[in-house]
Amino acid sequence: MRRTDPGGPSATTGQPLPFGVPDTAAPRLEDLMSRVARGDKDAFSALYDALSGTVFGLVVRVVRDRAQSEEVAQEVMIDLWRQAARYRPGEGSVLAWAATLAHRRAVDRVRSAQAAINREHDQAARQQARPFDEVAEQVETRLESEQVRRCMRGLTEIQRQAVTLAYYQGLTYREVAETLRTPLPTIKTRMRDGLIRLRDCMGVTT
Amino acid sequence: MKHDGELHTLTGAYALHSLTAAEHEMFTAHLADCPSCRQEVAEFSATAARLAGAATLPAPARMRDAVLHGIESVRQLPPLLPDSGRPMTFTAILRRKAITLAIAASLAGAAVLGGVTVWQKQLAEEARQQAQASERRLQDVSAVVAAPDARTVRGRTTTGAGTSVVSSKLQNRAVFIGTGLPDPGAGRTYQLWFDDHGTMRPAGLLTQDGATLMQGGIQGASGVGLTVEPAGGSARPTSRPLLLLNLPA
Ligand SMILES: [Zn+2]
Repeated sequence: MRRTDPGGPSATTGQPLPFGVPDTAAPRLEDLMSRVARGDKDAFSALYDALSGTVFGLVVRVVRDRAQSEEVAQEVMIDLWRQAARYRPGEGSVLAWAATLAHRRAVDRVRSAQAAINREHDQAARQQARPFDEVAEQVETRLESEQVRRCMRGLTEIQRQAVTLAYYQGLTYREVAETLRTPLPTIKTRMRDGLIRLRDCMGVTT
Repeated sequence: MKHDGELHTLTGAYALHSLTAAEHEMFTAHLADCPSCRQEVAEFSATAARLAGAATLPAPARMRDAVLHGIESVRQLPPLLPDSGRPMTFTAILRRKAITLAIAASLAGAAVLGGVTVWQKQLAEEARQQAQASERRLQDVSAVVAAPDARTVRGRTTTGAGTSVVSSKLQNRAVFIGTGLPDPGAGRTYQLWFDDHGTMRPAGLLTQDGATLMQGGIQGASGVGLTVEPAGGSARPTSRPLLLLNLPA
């Protein structure tokens, strides 16, 4: 952590910890995970309680439909059990691993063949109905973490929209480029630049 | 995605899962050989996890019951061996499959021959030819996947296997990628089809997962189908399709 200044925790007032799982829980999650990897079901139910909100919330954000989201989130949680022994602490936190699995599954769901067709339709409809920056805006105001909101505001308009549309709406970067009427190479670099700024603003380390 | 300098800038799009399936696989292959991109992706994934955390919602109570009950019948996967932990590159996977096929084919060819010398010569010659054919096929597959106008459609077969079709109008070609296809059974094969607006055109056979360059051009085709057929394939489908995907318009 980069915020270990002499002022202690009070010095970080105004920069609350990002979300439900405080940093101090990180080693605990890793311990739980190694017990889960050995088939410990009690450890898994504790892991479930720690991660299900993040997994479910993220999936709902991307998939939108509640019933489908529940199905996907359920698959993700069961996948965490199945793959527990393949988690490598050296490659990132348990939370990052779970979020990656959840996001991947959510994105797969919205990009499945039929969904893609529907989505093109309702995207066209949505595009006519309201401009995309408004969509991005709405996503943002529904975010629970003050820190994430604040860091998001530090991004340029296009960086913010590129990251938001890709991550919370599950759009491909081609779709993001079309939506924002911006050339593909620009979108790629804006996504990267946006993530660099967010990473630095939130003090993320691996 | 051909020039390396350009490739490194894909870390962001990769961590946000906003690359197409084919590009995602290509970049995963790049990561195996590029520690700096690997590091950046790890940091971006941790950053993305913060974005996920900011979207937290309490999960429905019945989901907890369903999951805790669900794991009772789910077998845990063994840990990856230290050696196989490193993700295999996309090209390496294709190569391995291609070479396995080449060797199997040359053994089958050699088995009917007599003398050891003939056998060995034949083996070496066939292996060489097969390897060249495989190498060409590998290049063809890569060319489609990396085409500037490549588009990917994805879907699941009725048996639950994941599939992607990457097509390029410029190349007039398509690549079928299957993951989790069950063994089609003895004396049977998977057969690919182009759907020419209702008429099914044979587009090649496969018996296992991996990337297959579809035979024939995509021009005129509105979709792609997959069936199980008797070994050797059929002129038209003889079973219900396991999969029908629309190609991008
Ligand atoms: Zn790189």
